[in-house]
Amino acid sequence: MVWSRRHLLDIESLSAEEILTVLDTARAFKAVGERAIKKVPALRGKTVVNLFIEPSTRTRISFELAAQRLTADVINFSAEASSLKKGETLKDTARNLQALNADIIVIRHSASGAPHFLARFLEASVINAGDGAHEHPTQALLDAFTIREKKGRIDGLNVTILGDILYSRVARSNIWAMTKLGARVTLCGPSTLVPRVFEQMGCRVTYDVNEAIADADIINLLRIQHERQRKTMFPSLGEYTSLFGLTQARLARTKPEALIMHPGPINRGVEIDSEIADSKRSLIIDQVTNGLAVRMAVLFLINGGQGPQGVAV
Amino acid sequence: MRRALTRIAHEIAERNETSAEVVLVGIQRGGVFLARRLAAMLASIWNHPVPVGELDVSMHRDDLDQQASNIKMLPTVIPFDITGKTVILVDDVLFSGRTTRAALDALNDFGRPQRVQLAVLVDRGHRELPIKADFVGKNFPTAPRERINVHFEEEGGGDEVALEKA
Repeated sequence: MVWSRRHLLDIESLSAEEILTVLDTARAFKAVGERAIKKVPALRGKTVVNLFIEPSTRTRISFELAAQRLTADVINFSAEASSLKKGETLKDTARNLQALNADIIVIRHSASGAPHFLARFLEASVINAGDGAHEHPTQALLDAFTIREKKGRIDGLNVTILGDILYSRVARSNIWAMTKLGARVTLCGPSTLVPRVFEQMGCRVTYDVNEAIADADIINLLRIQHERQRKTMFPSLGEYTSLFGLTQARLARTKPEALIMHPGPINRGVEIDSEIADSKRSLIIDQVTNGLAVRMAVLFLINGGQGPQGVAV
Repeated sequence: MRRALTRIAHEIAERNETSAEVVLVGIQRGGVFLARRLAAMLASIWNHPVPVGELDVSMHRDDLDQQASNIKMLPTVIPFDITGKTVILVDDVLFSGRTTRAALDALNDFGRPQRVQLAVLVDRGHRELPIKADFVGKNFPTAPRERINVHFEEEGGGDEVALEKA
């Protein structure tokens, strides 16, 4: 297929074919990471700016290394050290970066829609690295890549997402990706964090964790996002663990081939038992490796659809 | 096609006396089919197997941002050390030479061959770089805007070299 997108803003607007193109491309880039020389010249001379207005370590490092392995020049820009603290607007910050001839801007922002806003006026390509509670497209792509790598397919699988769905951009992007690729998605967590309205996205919602994970092929655990919750959504972390935490006892009642995922950072002893996180059934570390390959693929594809002057050709 | 490949195989055997040093690397996708066929022919000439690798050069191209990308990236698999070897790059069509240049760059990431030779099924001219094939199946004069499509039995259907008028 012909990849013609200049931006990666969300999963919602991608077709299943486009998602699979990213996954296929990522497979080639994963092999690059396994060579002695882990670098290819695909983005030589291009400038990638990591504009991270909200704190992030793993996603930023992953994008930074991905860009470096494609031979791009990378600038990291964080909110604490920038003029945003001095009252500059996001639009002005982005325009300044563009004035430095940035080719690709990777943005993480606490406001939903911030990447779409930038894409409307910037010549540069925009990649969403997480916007508020809206989407985190590269996380969903790396999750899909990992599932396909381990299970051979996504179509027809039962995927259960357990935890804080309401405030989770990872959940939203994953729901879009998994349903587009033919998985059956079940959501589970405290009722305050898993409203029934998600059924409109084609998911099943249940508040019984044992029932939610009984038939699952993939159990994707999400962290409780203290920083995003404006009021207390459940009484205590201890109660969350006893009602929804993935314990050995609960895991024993799942299908033996069910695999565990988590976008990280994990809170051991809260949403996941420490031994489960380190077990053979956990894909948490594979997800990190695959994240790098998927981000290389996204940077590569986004750059390829772009003309020399930043015009789609 | 078979006749041309048999001739190339014999030319390769003639040119390279230390057959144990020779490895073939096919450029995805057509070059991989050709490299496998050449390896089988060389194996019967030399009476020992000849290693075959596969190379996708998309990541090393210099014109990535000048065309809408029609990308179907295929695996790069070179399951042997190329350092000190004679690497024979195999491609179906030699045109601008940019694919060959990208392949030479990509090979560098895997080791330092003693020498690299280039075998192509069709040389259609219009080089944009100082690159010349060592082994050519057929010289095929074309206009720059025409397209050459090579089909292989391995893809289903038969072997065929077709000229598509602009």
